[in-house]
Amino acid sequence: MQLRRLAPAFAHHDVTWVTVRPEYRHDLDPAERLLVVPDATRWNRLRLVRLAVRMVWIVVRTRPHVVISTGAAPGYLAIRLGRLLGARTVWVDSIANCEQLSLSGQRVGGHVDLWLTQWPHLARPDGPRYEGAVL
Amino acid sequence: MNDVPAPPASDPHRSHVERLLVTVGAQMPFDRLVAAVDEWFGRHRDLEGLAQIGEGGTPPRHLPHVTLLAPHDLRREIQASDLVVAHAGMGTVITCLELARPLIVFPRRGDLRETRNDHQIATATHLGSRPGIGVAFDTDTLHRLLDRRADLAASVARQPPTTSPRLLAAIRELCDA
Repeated sequence: MQLRRLAPAFAHHDVTWVTVRPEYRHDLDPAERLLVVPDATRWNRLRLVRLAVRMVWIVVRTRPHVVISTGAAPGYLAIRLGRLLGARTVWVDSIANCEQLSLSGQRVGGHVDLWLTQWPHLARPDGPRYEGAVL
Repeated sequence: MNDVPAPPASDPHRSHVERLLVTVGAQMPFDRLVAAVDEWFGRHRDLEGLAQIGEGGTPPRHLPHVTLLAPHDLRREIQASDLVVAHAGMGTVITCLELARPLIVFPRRGDLRETRNDHQIATATHLGSRPGIGVAFDTDTLHRLLDRRADLAASVARQPPTTSPRLLAAIRELCDA
């Protein structure tokens, strides 16, 4: 949902959306590409493995030039894999994280070209940066 | 009681009866919120209502309810409502702001195991200053905000907030590089 509000920044490119909720299909144009991955948190190892397998497949097939995510395990994984295959990467930490960066957001810091928080008080000199929010 | 501005006639979903939507999100139930609104709703039968209570949630006595709402259904229900009461989930908050609907946020508490930690308290605290959003940390405050919902409705920003141009520019620059 927050990613959708960032779409004006990349809508002129060939976009593949990846989500854990297939119902988001209804929010997109029929022509837009939407791929679904299993949801997983770091607490559920089996689901994490299924997610990883699917995400490897998606990233290898899609060969993105840029990977953008606002959060959680699937986004973190996509960024790490995309980076491995040479993609530029953007992490926009969810606006829900207003007291500290999400755990995935903290960990992704060293692996992204653009590391952003949506709260000015969470920005740090060596990242993440604050460039505004989706609201 | 019916002092909320009449809905625009152009919107086919909205009736003249004031409509209340309660939503707890898709992750887990939030019985404390549903019960608190249900108690109030039981004394305000001139309103229409719908509660989305989550899988395993305790069904309310007065409010019509559903377990889950798909994102586009939730959006349609929010569009059709005059007031939304919800946990501090960003999806609901963003949709309410986009559709210019007044929202009462009632955050989940980590110590009551309503979520994993107290991040919703923090989110609610930060969101409370936005026009059209009221925050209640307890049932009494929630009921008071429900009673005074016309004030909240009057404060709603008619122009939905946009994504920061600076943020879009930073991402666009990297995408176009």
